[in-house]
Amino acid sequence: MVELYILLILMIIGAIIAIEVKDMLSSVIAVGAAGLALSITFLILKAPDVAITQLVVEILALIILIRATLKKDLPFSATGRWFLNTLITVAFVVVFLVIAKRCLDDLPQFGQPLMRVAKIYLKQGLAKTGATNLVGSVILDYRAYDTLGEATILFTAVIGVLSIVRRVGRKKVGTEVKEEDE
Amino acid sequence: MSIYMLCLVLFACGLYCILRKRNIIKIIIGIIIAEYGAHLFFILTAYRMQGRSPIYSVEADIKNMVDPLPHALVLTAIVIGLATTALIIAIAMRIYEKYGTFDITKIKELRG
Repeated sequence: MVELYILLILMIIGAIIAIEVKDMLSSVIAVGAAGLALSITFLILKAPDVAITQLVVEILALIILIRATLKKDLPFSATGRWFLNTLITVAFVVVFLVIAKRCLDDLPQFGQPLMRVAKIYLKQGLAKTGATNLVGSVILDYRAYDTLGEATILFTAVIGVLSIVRRVGRKKVGTEVKEEDE
Repeated sequence: MSIYMLCLVLFACGLYCILRKRNIIKIIIGIIIAEYGAHLFFILTAYRMQGRSPIYSVEADIKNMVDPLPHALVLTAIVIGLATTALIIAIAMRIYEKYGTFDITKIKELRG
């Protein structure tokens, strides 16, 4: 499990670089590095489906973010209450972490999940659904309504993107710019 | 227990970025990092020691498969995360077109 710790620390370093660096393009690339490390972590944690999806989604999100930040650098603005703002934010985050630490004690130990619901899936999944990949059987059979809701949210978001990016009215036919999305 | 704690530190990095930064793109990056933390937490709770991925094969042993349910949930959440991120970026680009800046303190009049 040493590699898991190394990858997690790498992700945290990438996140801190992405947050603190001033150049926007470097920031986006750092967040991409964190996302690819997350994909490898999923692979180590025996979740190959999630790792593949994370890889594809990461690349798409990176392309959209680079398209948004291209040639739009902004000078770093630090006005008067810089210290107070940082102090309040750090205090809030520390309180959050302390409370979360106390909540984590109630979880089962790492490596021994409860699996009350999943026991049924593991036992009867192949016989009932005929899918050898149990994640596929959960998504498309046991919890198919979840997937239907996901598709609804996806298309709603796409409609939102198209209606936001579209120019007002239909006067200028030739200059309509379509935003890339799903 | 400390691996959960590292995962929460990753989430807290995203939370700090959302709360503190003024650039809209930085806020979006914070949201993405917080999403990473949440997804990783679900997958970590599903892991079982010396487990194997939940796919049947000829020599399959049901005893030590990892939990497939959080995998399915996270798979759904990742795709929804991409869609919402695209929506936020579209809104941010419209804001840049209208006001000429990404700084949220400079955007005074939020009218339609």
